[in-house]
Amino acid sequence: MAYTEEELKKELEQQEYQYGFTTKIESETFPVGLNKDIVRKISEKKNEPKWMTDWRLSAFEAWEKMEEPEWSNVNYKKPKFQDISYYSAPKTKAKYDSLDEVDPELLKTFDKLGISIDEQKKLAGVAVDIVMDSVSVATTFKETLSKKGIIFCSISEAIQEHPDLVKKYLGTVIPKKDNFYSALNSAVFSDGSFCYIPKGVKCPMELSTYFRINQAGTGQFERTLVIADEGSYVSYLEGCTAPSRDENQLHAAVVELIALDDAEIKYSTVQNWYPGNKQGKGGVFNFVTKRGLCHENSKISWTQVETGSAVTWKYPSCILKGNNSVGEFYSIAVTNNYQQADTGTKMIHLGKNTKSTIISKGISAGKSQNSYRGLVRIGNNAENARNFSQCDSLLMGNNCGAHTFPYIEAKNKTAQIEHEATTSKIGEDQIFYCNQRGIDTEKAIALIVNGFSKEVLNKLPMEFAVEAQKLLEISLEGSVG
Amino acid sequence: MLEIKDLHVSIDDKKILKGLNLSVKAGEIHAIMGPNGSGKSTLSSVIAGNEDYEITNGSIIYKNENIEDLSAEERANKGIFMSFQYPVEIPGITVTNFIKTAINSNLKARGQKEMAANEMLKKIREKANLLEIDSKFLSRSLNEGFSGGEKKRNEIFQMAMLEPSLAILDETDSGLDIDALRIVANGVNKIKSRSNAIVIITHYQRLLDHIIPDYVHVLQDGKIAKSGNKELAFELEEKGYDWI
Repeated sequence: MAYTEEELKKELEQQEYQYGFTTKIESETFPVGLNKDIVRKISEKKNEPKWMTDWRLSAFEAWEKMEEPEWSNVNYKKPKFQDISYYSAPKTKAKYDSLDEVDPELLKTFDKLGISIDEQKKLAGVAVDIVMDSVSVATTFKETLSKKGIIFCSISEAIQEHPDLVKKYLGTVIPKKDNFYSALNSAVFSDGSFCYIPKGVKCPMELSTYFRINQAGTGQFERTLVIADEGSYVSYLEGCTAPSRDENQLHAAVVELIALDDAEIKYSTVQNWYPGNKQGKGGVFNFVTKRGLCHENSKISWTQVETGSAVTWKYPSCILKGNNSVGEFYSIAVTNNYQQADTGTKMIHLGKNTKSTIISKGISAGKSQNSYRGLVRIGNNAENARNFSQCDSLLMGNNCGAHTFPYIEAKNKTAQIEHEATTSKIGEDQIFYCNQRGIDTEKAIALIVNGFSKEVLNKLPMEFAVEAQKLLEISLEGSVG
Repeated sequence: MLEIKDLHVSIDDKKILKGLNLSVKAGEIHAIMGPNGSGKSTLSSVIAGNEDYEITNGSIIYKNENIEDLSAEERANKGIFMSFQYPVEIPGITVTNFIKTAINSNLKARGQKEMAANEMLKKIREKANLLEIDSKFLSRSLNEGFSGGEKKRNEIFQMAMLEPSLAILDETDSGLDIDALRIVANGVNKIKSRSNAIVIITHYQRLLDHIIPDYVHVLQDGKIAKSGNKELAFELEEKGYDWI
């Protein structure tokens, strides 16, 4: 008999989240709860200067007065912020000079993730910074980079070693009080990555950060700051995984990008946090604020592949402040089972002749809900601003939802704004056609989805594109219906 | 190769095939002709394994195996190919990528290794030449924006690549101008061998000017009403279906 849907479902229920393992590394974890003392303690733990402690405290004060926003198209049980531990670090020495010093257990974790540092080093020439739970574990290639004057290190290290740069730029794109989660992050961020590309330097390799939540009952609050000085270029990759756990884990990161005159930043994310099980239990709440500021003639390009998390709520955005600056947003968001995603971008055109492009591909399966939400705002002085947006949704089965919320505000008559949107379903005739050529249904769906997502996949750096394609397939397994 | 015995098929409780018999041997070309609604396309869909159709009686034996319980992809992997009357579009997937995926699925199902990239490329070039296909065509998205002729040529290209034992060409001539018809027919004639069999399903005789069938069958009201050689096709063209 032909492979029935029932059989398929059964088989897929047995398939587990590939990255759902925990690593036996002793961690030092703070008691749960959040108050001024905890904020101070985090700062103290990291030997931070007073200005940093004060910065955190003022963020905390702001956060205390703020209310959790509710406007998104997602439903979830709000995290109990006093039940979370705000600091967890692998107990071994937190900083390593070479990989030989890294805990072998930790290295095994990376092997399981399929990102053996060694291999990365050999293969791609990717410099990797890994943030596990809260602490940055290893930054490879530091020496090679430093010859060019490039700084790529953990944010904690940057606060110690490059306080002037941090002071100058931290919180300038996303102010502490920007929103509830950015305020929380500003108060308690434990680590993250820092990157500075000097004037006129093209970073010779992809810079990459891997984030992983390991410890139970912790939240992860990384902070990333990327500064591309005049005329420089950098391509930055970020990957995320977490173990399978029954409870929801909170991930509230803040990423700030600054592209000075004539600079270009390409920021790519493959987000594969644990999405929860088939019944929608567990999974990561991914509430992230990402924003970039473009000075004259500069360009910021966000590319994201979002396949994980129980709830994703994020809008990587560009403030096109400088004349002739360019913002791009390429996104694939996949939701399956009970996952929910409300994601998109904001393109804020302030300068003259600014250009933005938005390509969003949403794929919904199972009982999931997938929303694109985007804002294109053209300011008074943004003469000849142009935007092109394209939002495509692909539905699988009859129990999922795709939503599009495009907001357009144009205050300058010379603006040109185009918006295109399509919604389609994977057709049984498409699947039968593939079947008739000997391609099974799972593979057929992968093929159709890859074709649908191609414009965005093409924007990813090579090695990441392959990984992202595999992820799309894994995320959609069991979605035939 | 193919033995169909007393085949009864329904879709949504509507009886379409009502006791059809057909025997096809390796090396033969059979043409199945008939008026609209006689069950021609149902026959091809049922052989290919479309699950919308229900076999209520009779059997389809392919290479001495009853294939009723096999899925469409299992049948394909055993060497059954259907050229679709209306090939579907898959945006973003190139002709090359699609055929590569299909061939490797076939090989995998037969327990063989995937085909090496250079071998694949060589084969693609060879078959593309055979069907006078431009290399630019191969990097376009599958059937997206293809003309009727291009779609059909692409079907025959896939057939040439997959080298099936049994090929069913469902209304392959529809939507083709005379040049495209000639190219498609030439392609089929070149693929034809003593070890494979071809069943051509068509409304008109004109494709049979280019591909000479060994047998012609007339399908009427769900049954084979008359069988003969290629002369029968001319007769049908002249007199229509009503005289049978």
